[in-house]
Amino acid sequence: MTRYLVAFQAIVARELLRFTSQRGRFLSALVRPLVWLLIFAAGFRAALGISIIPPYLTYITYEVYILPGLCAMILLFNGMQSSLSLVYDREMGSMRLLLTAPLPRWWLLLSKLCAGVFVGVLQVYAFLLLAALFGVDLPPAGYLLILPALIIAGFMLGALGLLISSLVQQLENFATVMNFVIFPVFFLSSALYPLWRMRESSEFLYYVCAVNPFTYAVELIRFSAYSAFSSMSLLIVVITGILFFGFSVIAYTPARAGQRGRGPSQT
Amino acid sequence: MRLLVLFFTFLLASVAHADRIFVSNERSNTVTVIDGSTWEVLTEFPAGLRPRGITVSPDGSKLYVCASDDNLVRVFDTSSYEELFTLPSGPDPELFVLEPNGRRLYIANEDDNLVTVVDTQTKEVLAEVPVGVEPEGMAISPNARIVVNTSETTNMAHFIDTETNTIKYNMLVDQRPRYAEYTSDGTRLFVTAEIGGTVSVFDIDGDGAPTEVGKISFQVAGVQPEWLQPVGAKVTSDGQWLFVALGPSNRVAVVDAKTLEVEKYILVGERVWQLAFTPGEEYLLTTNGNTNDITVIDVASQEAVRSIPVGQQPWGVIVAPGIN
Repeated sequence: MTRYLVAFQAIVARELLRFTSQRGRFLSALVRPLVWLLIFAAGFRAALGISIIPPYLTYITYEVYILPGLCAMILLFNGMQSSLSLVYDREMGSMRLLLTAPLPRWWLLLSKLCAGVFVGVLQVYAFLLLAALFGVDLPPAGYLLILPALIIAGFMLGALGLLISSLVQQLENFATVMNFVIFPVFFLSSALYPLWRMRESSEFLYYVCAVNPFTYAVELIRFSAYSAFSSMSLLIVVITGILFFGFSVIAYTPARAGQRGRGPSQT
Repeated sequence: MRLLVLFFTFLLASVAHADRIFVSNERSNTVTVIDGSTWEVLTEFPAGLRPRGITVSPDGSKLYVCASDDNLVRVFDTSSYEELFTLPSGPDPELFVLEPNGRRLYIANEDDNLVTVVDTQTKEVLAEVPVGVEPEGMAISPNARIVVNTSETTNMAHFIDTETNTIKYNMLVDQRPRYAEYTSDGTRLFVTAEIGGTVSVFDIDGDGAPTEVGKISFQVAGVQPEWLQPVGAKVTSDGQWLFVALGPSNRVAVVDAKTLEVEKYILVGERVWQLAFTPGEEYLLTTNGNTNDITVIDVASQEAVRSIPVGQQPWGVIVAPGIN
């Protein structure tokens, strides 16, 4: 058991070290949602508020609406950043070293996932603090109540990152991941606009949004922030999280990892 | 003896009820009743054609509703919601104000440029006071000596002496004055001007004479100035806070009634029109005409806490105190 904890501790410490040494990553993790909150929201029907939809009990400004979506966006980007670091590890050869550790593969990947979630949750709280300073806040209890939702959503999105990292061959391909994963996942969700509004424009896009697990991660965070509970969101996020993680574990077989291990990049 | 105590406890419990909120719905021709503690809609009953102005008797037992297109005031029992009687009002009654003792009702007749004075007991018209064009806003000084009427087209606040039923003072205000509101000590009066986008502030001397002391303007980032249309207004009984409904800007402005500085804007439903406090001034209620709901504002935190769907195009709101 001690071996497990030592490995867990080492992987988390490595991720934290990597995060703290990359100030640019932390800064961009905060600046990205702040740009959405302060610039995009200001220009996008911020003034007259939006209609009441659960879990809100009254009218809210657009900034207030997108706040949970931006928290989920941080977790999504963080999950992808973690997957980027795994691709980097694979190129540098340290991935092979990690996966040859005398511990089950799932434990190593779970430790990696936990480390990523921890970093992601820290980023979300830093962002919420900044947002509150700009006058966009949650109900006081919401700051505590969103924690379990952030962890669960963070696991699901981190597992998605793990899965993607098992499919991406090279660092250069990460731009493709940005274009074909992050943006569609983010925009085709309830993060920036309520689904009923999407339905007004396109029934097809509405259904795409409705089957996007990211939508449920956003709603799980949104409902928790307002002391409400969305069992449907929880169920979908947990199930998809388990599926993503399961597929990642399968994808990270030693044979596959070996096949892809290329050693240090020649470029 | 114990049985007797139990019986009376049961009796008291059975008559106890929470504050009831009454909302006049201009388009659905109804009044919606909401429980003031659970915020649940209790019922919605017919209230004549185009119900707008709404108030309750000082004892909370009678509900007065201006049925504008019926050209009369309908009076309902606040417990059974049954119509008790009607009062003559003159044509197109829009807003009215009840004397603090509940005896006389002063009604603005929008189409006839009159304020009609009606005795609520004899149900007779006592006087008709000619005022400016399109009278609307009505307020009464706490000592009941002056009734203020605002006329939308004349852009004036008319100060009517309630002893003689004649105009004693006229004050010019900004375009389309909609509503007037005295502080509870009667030393200050606020008059909202819808098109002018301002609230005129008057100090009132012992004789009821007004002196203009300031004007409040509004500005909300991202909202066009012409949408900032002050309509209903309410001031807290300690005279500290003035709340102003800003119509199509979907905001209620919170104004420091002493410094006349706007402190905050609270987002509510669309076309916020009239306001009412709950009896302890714990909450402020707003009617939102275009979104067919009312918004409940927590007065202490100055935050909107919930919105409740009502009938079509809610116009006025009033609260009948509960029995504890």
